[in-house]
Amino acid sequence: MKPAFSVIFLTTLIGAGQGLFLALFTHQSYALFGLLPMQSDAFYGYGSALALLFLIGGLVASFFHLGRPERAWRSATQWRTSWLSREVIVLPAFMGLVFLYGAAQLSGYRPVLVTLPSGLSFDMTIVLGVIGTLLSFALFLCTGMIYACLRFLREWHSPLTVINYILLGGSSGFILAALYSASVAPSQSGFFAGWAIIITLLAFAGRGASLWRNARLKPKSTLQTAIGIKHPHIVQRSMGAMGGSFNTRAFFHGKSAAFMRAIKPAFLLLAFVMPLALLALGILTPALLGVAFIVQYVGLLAERWFFFAQANHPQNLYYQTIG
Amino acid sequence: MTQLALVIDLNVCVGCHACVTSCKEWNTSGAAGPLCDENPYGADPTGTFFNRVQTFEVGQYPNTETVHFPKSCLHCEDPPCVPVCPTGASYKRKQDGIVLVDYDKCIGCEYCSWACPYGAREIDMKQKVMKKCTLCVDRIYDTGLPETDRKPACVMACPTSARLFGDVHDPESVVSKAIRENAGYALMPEWGTQPANHYLPRRKTNLKIHGDELERVDNPLKVDGKLPKPSKSDPTLDDVTTW
Repeated sequence: MKPAFSVIFLTTLIGAGQGLFLALFTHQSYALFGLLPMQSDAFYGYGSALALLFLIGGLVASFFHLGRPERAWRSATQWRTSWLSREVIVLPAFMGLVFLYGAAQLSGYRPVLVTLPSGLSFDMTIVLGVIGTLLSFALFLCTGMIYACLRFLREWHSPLTVINYILLGGSSGFILAALYSASVAPSQSGFFAGWAIIITLLAFAGRGASLWRNARLKPKSTLQTAIGIKHPHIVQRSMGAMGGSFNTRAFFHGKSAAFMRAIKPAFLLLAFVMPLALLALGILTPALLGVAFIVQYVGLLAERWFFFAQANHPQNLYYQTIG
Repeated sequence: MTQLALVIDLNVCVGCHACVTSCKEWNTSGAAGPLCDENPYGADPTGTFFNRVQTFEVGQYPNTETVHFPKSCLHCEDPPCVPVCPTGASYKRKQDGIVLVDYDKCIGCEYCSWACPYGAREIDMKQKVMKKCTLCVDRIYDTGLPETDRKPACVMACPTSARLFGDVHDPESVVSKAIRENAGYALMPEWGTQPANHYLPRRKTNLKIHGDELERVDNPLKVDGKLPKPSKSDPTLDDVTTW
C-alpha cells in the first residue's frame, strides 16, 4: 500500500493523545487510592489540554485524507458495519470527554457522585476519567480494526494490529506524560517513565511479533487465482494502460527493496531501542525525556510508514507490467 | 432475486479494447458526470476507467498462449467494499445486485478501494469521489432505447460477443447456461466474495480423426478402378445441364 501521510499523522498523533490521557488518569487513580501523592487540579487539567491538542492535530490531519472533506459528517452514519465510521464517532466523543475531564479539573467543578462505605469518594473527574479511559480504548480498537478487518490484507488481518496500536499509542503517551510531569511536577516523572519503559518493552515485543508473523506469510492470492488459469507460468504483458492509474498509484509504495530493508531496523531503533535507553537515563536527567519523545515520534512515523508499505494488496497482481 | 452480471469468454476475447473505449464513451457522457482524465494528450496521461483489458502470457516459449483478460467490477454477491464504507455511499442494490457508488455521498476516503481485492475501484482525481463499473445502470433500464440495446456499453461493443450480460440467478438465462455449460469460474474464490461476474476458460477444440476416416470406405475409384474416359461423342456436362 502507498502510505498516506495524513493517516500516518492521524494515527500517531491521536495515539500519543490517547496515551497521555490514559497516563494522567492512571496517575489520578493511583493517587485516589493513596499510592501516589495527588497532584493539583492544574496538573491533570493542563495535561488533558495537551492531550486534546494532540487529538485535534490528528483530527485535522485526517481531513487531508479525504477527497471531499466537506462531506465528512456523512461518515458517522454507517457505524453498524464500518470500523471507520465507528472511529469517526468515537474520536470526537473521546475528545469531548478529555475536554470535560480537563475542564472539570481546571474549573474545580467536581461534585462527589459516589461514596463507598470505606469512605472512599468518587467525584466528577473520576467518573469522567473512567468513561474517557473506556473511550480511549474503544478508539484504539476502532483504529486498529480499520486495518485488521480487511481480510485479504493479511499483514494487517491479525489481533496484533489492534494490540500494537494500543501499545504504541500507550508508549508514546506515557513518554509524553513523563516529559510533561518533568516540567510541572518533577517528583512524578519517575512514575510515568517507569510505566513508559514497561509499555515500550511490551510494544517492542508486540511489533516484533507482528514483524515475525508478516515475514512468514504466504500469499493466498496468486496470478493463478487472480485470472483463474491454472498454469505455473503466467506473466503479465500489459495492464491495459500505459500512463498509470489509481491502481498503480495508491497500492504501491514505490520505494526500493533496499529502502524497505533499511527502514525496518531504523524504526525499531528509533521507536523502541533509543527511547528505552533515553527513558532509563531520563529518570535521572529529565532533559532526555524530551529527546526520547521526539526520537520515538520520528520512529513511530517510520513505523507507521512501514506498516502501510508492508501490506501487499492482492490487486497488485493485476498491475505488474506496463505494456 | 436478480443478480445482474457479465460473463466474459476468455476463449473468444481478442483483446481489441473496444469494450474499454465504449465503456469510457458511454460513462463519461452520462448524467453522473465525466470520468475525468488528466493530461489525455500529454506525456503522462492518466484517467478513470471502469473497465480495463489486460494481457497475460501463459506458459513458456514456445508453448505459450496469450490471454486477454477484461477486468471490471465483479459485482460480488458479498461485496467487501460495501460494509466498510463509512457514509453508505457504496451500496449493493437489492433489486438487481448491482454494486454502486452514490457520487453525492462519497467522501473520497478510498477505504472501499482498500477493501476490494480486485482493484475494481478507481478514484476520480478531479471529482475526488470513488468510481466503478455500474453495469451501465443508466442504460439497461432505459425504455427510450430499443430492447436489444438495453445492455451495458461494453457488451454492445464487443465484436466477438465475448461478453454476455444477464441474471446469473436465473438458471435459464444465457449467462447461467454459459457458466454451467462452459465451466465458468469466479476470480479469487479464496476470499469468499462470490463475484457475480464469471469468466469462461480457454477451450481447446480437438477433432479426433482415425486413419480409416481419411479414406472413404465406399470409394468408387477403389472398388471399380479408374473409370473409362468418355468418348468425344458422348454428351458433356454442359449439354445435360442448364445453368
